[in-house]
Amino acid sequence: MTTTIPSPAVPGAPVQGGRPPRTRGPGLTARRSATRALPLLPAVVLLGVFLLGPVIWSFYGSFTDASLTGAAAQGASFVGFDNYVELFADPDFPKSVLLTLVFLVASAIVGQNVLGLGLALLMRSANRVVRALVGTFVVTAWVLPEIVASFAAYAFFNDTGTLNSILGLVGIDGPNWLFTLPMLSVILANVWRGTAFSMLVYSAALHDVPQEITESAEVDGARGWQRLAFITLPMIRRSITTNLMLTTLQTLSVFTLIFVMTGGGPGTESSTLPILAYQEAFQFSQLGFGTAIATILLVVGALFSFVYIRALRPEVD
Amino acid sequence: MKRFPAFVAVAAAATLVLTGCGGGGGAGGESNTIKVAYQKFGNFVQLDDHMKQVKADFEAEHEGMTVELVPIEAQQNDYFTKLALMNRSASTAPDVMYEDTFMVKSDVDAGYLASLDEYVSEWDEWDMFYDNAKEAGVGDDGQIYGIPMGTDTRALWYNTQLFEQAGIAVPWEPKTWEDVLTAAETIKSALPDVIPLNVYSGKAQGEAATMQGFEMLLYGTEDTLYEDGKWVTGSTGFTDALGFIGDVYQGELGPTPEQALDKNVGTVVAGEWIPQGTLAINLDGSWLSGTWLETGTNPWPEWNDVMSQAPMPTQNGQEPGATSMSGGWTLAMGAKTKNPDAAWDFISLALNKENSQSYDIAASQIAVRSDVSEDPAYIEANPSFKFFSDIVEVTHFRPATSDYAQISNAITVAMESVMTGQQTPEEAAKVYDDAVRGIVGDENTVDAK
Repeated sequence: MTTTIPSPAVPGAPVQGGRPPRTRGPGLTARRSATRALPLLPAVVLLGVFLLGPVIWSFYGSFTDASLTGAAAQGASFVGFDNYVELFADPDFPKSVLLTLVFLVASAIVGQNVLGLGLALLMRSANRVVRALVGTFVVTAWVLPEIVASFAAYAFFNDTGTLNSILGLVGIDGPNWLFTLPMLSVILANVWRGTAFSMLVYSAALHDVPQEITESAEVDGARGWQRLAFITLPMIRRSITTNLMLTTLQTLSVFTLIFVMTGGGPGTESSTLPILAYQEAFQFSQLGFGTAIATILLVVGALFSFVYIRALRPEVD
Repeated sequence: MKRFPAFVAVAAAATLVLTGCGGGGGAGGESNTIKVAYQKFGNFVQLDDHMKQVKADFEAEHEGMTVELVPIEAQQNDYFTKLALMNRSASTAPDVMYEDTFMVKSDVDAGYLASLDEYVSEWDEWDMFYDNAKEAGVGDDGQIYGIPMGTDTRALWYNTQLFEQAGIAVPWEPKTWEDVLTAAETIKSALPDVIPLNVYSGKAQGEAATMQGFEMLLYGTEDTLYEDGKWVTGSTGFTDALGFIGDVYQGELGPTPEQALDKNVGTVVAGEWIPQGTLAINLDGSWLSGTWLETGTNPWPEWNDVMSQAPMPTQNGQEPGATSMSGGWTLAMGAKTKNPDAAWDFISLALNKENSQSYDIAASQIAVRSDVSEDPAYIEANPSFKFFSDIVEVTHFRPATSDYAQISNAITVAMESVMTGQQTPEEAAKVYDDAVRGIVGDENTVDAK
């Protein structure tokens, strides 16, 4: 029992946190809701200042020529859509969007979610020792601070790093991963780092699937994969939505991992949008242009969230 | 949409808290405290030592004054960014800052720096500084904004023991690029385990590739990068310089492209390849020996017996026969300072004869004060000082415009595609030309010849 206690506790917060407003909201009268909303005011103000503020500022900043140095640093002026026009004409930009999407789909949507769900399913039927060992091992990567995990991944994939040393032991002369396969390296690193989160979310969700339903399906003659596809997955779809959204948004904003491992290189082979934005804003001092890239990133994140909420709209259950 | 902005919120809150603390600290005694911002990173700790000592002297001389040292621990590019961010707000802007000569003009445009004209006109030691060094701290308006601390030059470092083993006469005096490549080929056939020649190249090396690598070649041709306020495109010199990079990397005279494109190759060159005798020729900066001094991070007492230097020749030996590139750093006064007189006193104390000399020796800088460079104690302190000071005569400076960072990036992209064999020098030069036109606009470029 002890090993199952931590799992629901950690991911419980985001899952349940999304629930009350949806089920409770519509039934209240206007006055009661106004009075009841009053204590929320400080929270709303804080959200406005810290969440909405930066978003609006990002939109505004992307229409200026703000700069870190040079005459434009004295005071930014409004330049309309210049930054966006320049951005869409830049050959690095479509490549960067593509790399971002590849990174997102491969490492978050496929890698972290599928692997996380798989691990959670396997852990359910594993014995206590295996569960504790695997759990500890997977969660370690997630607990590490991002910069530490990034350096660990760099040391692992480096030309003379752990991976090639191990391959060397069995007589394989490994390639220089960070140089020849930069995207694969950062994708694997992000899967390694992020799977624990998905695993915890799914462990908690699977824990809530009533044993009786699975058992009756078994009695009705449903095979293993049928029980998974028709019973388990539909019952945890709410967790899937939440988890997809969280991992997508986290992965879209991954910067440290890629920056430390490849610096966006070689060339621009692993230059995702956050890396490109950093380079433009802080290495080329063009804050306005960098902000335009950040704004695009924001829009991509919003689009994905929208799709998830629409496609996997949690129906009444 | 939930997690993503939450991230932003945490960052914003943290920033608020941090700047809040900074503002509070500064408000305590504005005119009695001067804030000094400088870089401290990796094996570059000499400036930190220097500042600590000047702070003690300054506080002893000026009763009631406090010097607040703000060492910024960051790599060069990140240092510029952090300093610029500090300069943007009056509550964080430093009174005195360590400023790259090459950022002076654009930071003057940005309104970050205060003019020092009235101070230097009354400073009797100002005449001791060389004219070209004074020039380095001048803004576009002709006023002085930075007092130079020291400069640097670049040349070929070579391993005399490896040269003797390969049967090349020492001292080595290459007259053309061809001589350099020939020596590298001789070493390759005589000593197959040794990397013959290292020229920094590729995007991962950033400015080191542009300045220590590409510009050391380009400025030895008939062409240049920037002329009369316009960026030069389509020059033969540009293609030839890329051709040299291609010869080194595609001709297997250099490190493998994988080695050369590792971000840490600079540290490996100075800390491993050269001391272990696995690299014969290295095109690098005058500061390189700083790593091998007792105070450095990789002490190597025999370095001066093993390593020697030769000026980088021009392409075909044309006048003046050799070439070099120079940079250098200054101390500058922040435009938002509340106590300019104290800031100036700190700068003039930090860069008087005695302090300039001790800093130049510790940090392996080429002196920019005549009284320092002629002082026997300075000349004897490091056997390579004389060589590197002498090539100041043939040195060049980078075009200090605010577009340079992007142009420099475009150069490293061209180098990288040539070194990896993805493009011929001609193709890469054409891509560069297009990139330059995109960055500065057609009206700011000029066709060579």
